[in-house]
Amino acid sequence: MAELHLKSHRFRAEREADWRRLETLLDRIERRSATAASADELLEIPVLYRQALSSLSVARAISLDQGLITYLEGLCTRAYFFVYGARTGFWERVTQFFAEDWPREVRGLWRETLAAGVIMFGAALLAYYLVSVDADWFQAFVPGELASGRDPAATAASLRATLYDAPKDGRTGLSFLASFLFTHNAQIAILSFALGFALCLPTAGLMASNGLMLGAFIALFASRGLGFEATGWLMIHGVTELFAITLAGAAGFAIGWRVAFPGELSRIDALAVAGKRAATVMIGVVIMLFVAGLLEGFARQLIRVDLARYAVAVTSLLVWLGYFYLPQPERGR
Amino acid sequence: MSVQGEPVAGEDGARAFVTPEGVDLRLKVGDASARAWAFMIDVAIILGLLLAISLLVAGAAWASKLQGVEMVGVVWVLAAFFLRNFYFVGFELSPRAATPGKQAMGLRVIARNGARLTADAVFARSAMRELEVFLPASFLFARGSGVDGWLVLLGVMWTIGFLIFPLLNRDRLRLGDLVAGTMVIQAPKRRLLPDLSAAPAAGFVFSREQLEAYGVKELHVLEDVLRLKDRRTQTAVSERIRRKIGWSEPLPTSDEAFLSAYYAALRGRLESRLLFGHRRRDKFDRA
Repeated sequence: MAELHLKSHRFRAEREADWRRLETLLDRIERRSATAASADELLEIPVLYRQALSSLSVARAISLDQGLITYLEGLCTRAYFFVYGARTGFWERVTQFFAEDWPREVRGLWRETLAAGVIMFGAALLAYYLVSVDADWFQAFVPGELASGRDPAATAASLRATLYDAPKDGRTGLSFLASFLFTHNAQIAILSFALGFALCLPTAGLMASNGLMLGAFIALFASRGLGFEATGWLMIHGVTELFAITLAGAAGFAIGWRVAFPGELSRIDALAVAGKRAATVMIGVVIMLFVAGLLEGFARQLIRVDLARYAVAVTSLLVWLGYFYLPQPERGR
Repeated sequence: MSVQGEPVAGEDGARAFVTPEGVDLRLKVGDASARAWAFMIDVAIILGLLLAISLLVAGAAWASKLQGVEMVGVVWVLAAFFLRNFYFVGFELSPRAATPGKQAMGLRVIARNGARLTADAVFARSAMRELEVFLPASFLFARGSGVDGWLVLLGVMWTIGFLIFPLLNRDRLRLGDLVAGTMVIQAPKRRLLPDLSAAPAAGFVFSREQLEAYGVKELHVLEDVLRLKDRRTQTAVSERIRRKIGWSEPLPTSDEAFLSAYYAALRGRLESRLLFGHRRRDKFDRA
């Protein structure tokens, strides 16, 4: 043997302490969060990371110690994602989402939103017409468990009761109803987003069936002279809810459209870009549905005056439209 | 600095991934079985939590003598919803970018273009899970006869397509990864193992010819054998090496001592040739 220790061994011995230091820091940060490290330690990480990277490329050139190279690859990978994964504080992120990201992406989807809205309200008109002509169509559009007694066989009085009376206690309390409706609608919205990639068709189907249900309900109540009241009953929360579902459909369309017509990007890249933008909209949709669930579960059962219900509906419509589509002041960055 | 998708020669499942500093990290794609296990662990955790919440809720209902049934229902419905939808999002947005299941299997989620993993990407890949897993699951629980039965069957076939989707592409992308522009890689925490060349056993002298017998590939196998510390394997390997290099003297100490001495000497020889620009791949590489 030419020498007591190999060059690669001396190389390792000289740098090992720095690697271990980086490893300890990463361990601590990954276990908790970036706040677990002091400012000095945070500044230390990029330096240690670059040292480790240069060690890795040297080690690949001079060392045949497999254990060392896999260790350094693992360490550098972890450090890379820490150093280049730019982090913003949680509240900063939340503020940015509401102030910029969400309205911007919603504005960006205006064509898809329009399309989803046209499909849903077109279906609603169609169902309204069909049910007005022949009440038997109602069963075709509304599944039994959602109708819960509101069907063509019901009397005008009992229909009126569903609009104004508090539900009988015990089985369906207000807050239980609210949370159930919220989760149900959120799941529907997520599904219409997730189905979008199949070239928009399933999403269009979901939009249409939702519209059919809406039209059928209103037609049923209108046939008993309760059309005005029923619309108020639906729209107090429906403005928010239908807007949210329309946006979810729009997000699904955006994805499906990019799959069909990827433009200049490759199909996979186009899908990834559209998917992330649509997902931003979807986070907002879940929030909107949460608001709608609150309105549906509480406000609707507590406010029993038609005009007040319409006032809430119109206000919420104006608030959402203004929030999404009014031009926003340029924010200096 | 993106995952170029070109497999690195000679390494299984490795992808070229060049950092802005110009070093290739050679990321390894998370394999399908590890991801399946990770998912099963996560599902088990979710179900466990739901069971615990159900018990708590049932206990509360019993204690309040059915007065607070409504609140209990609210708690349960909301908990189920948040667990189902935000368990994955919450954990994948943490610094580790992995759910407990993925952490246990040494996996993490990254953005395919090498940029940071954003909240919208994580949300998109979780929302697609709705389609890939929870929808098939609801088909499994659906019962129907006649037309409904056929619909269920069609649904099951349709969703099986999603389930095997990751097996059909090189990067093991599931639909959610495709939509979100993410992928799952292996990023296990590795400890720095001791350097085997640090303290070679004394008393062995190898000639140059004896050190010419093997290349880098065999050196790495020898490293594995030494780290494994399995006595029977070591004896067998030691016998083969001695036959190959024509070592006729009896061993002064154990097989392990012989192997570690030979490892150090061989590595020294190969590394010094490496410094002169020649990397001898394996024993057939005669240059």
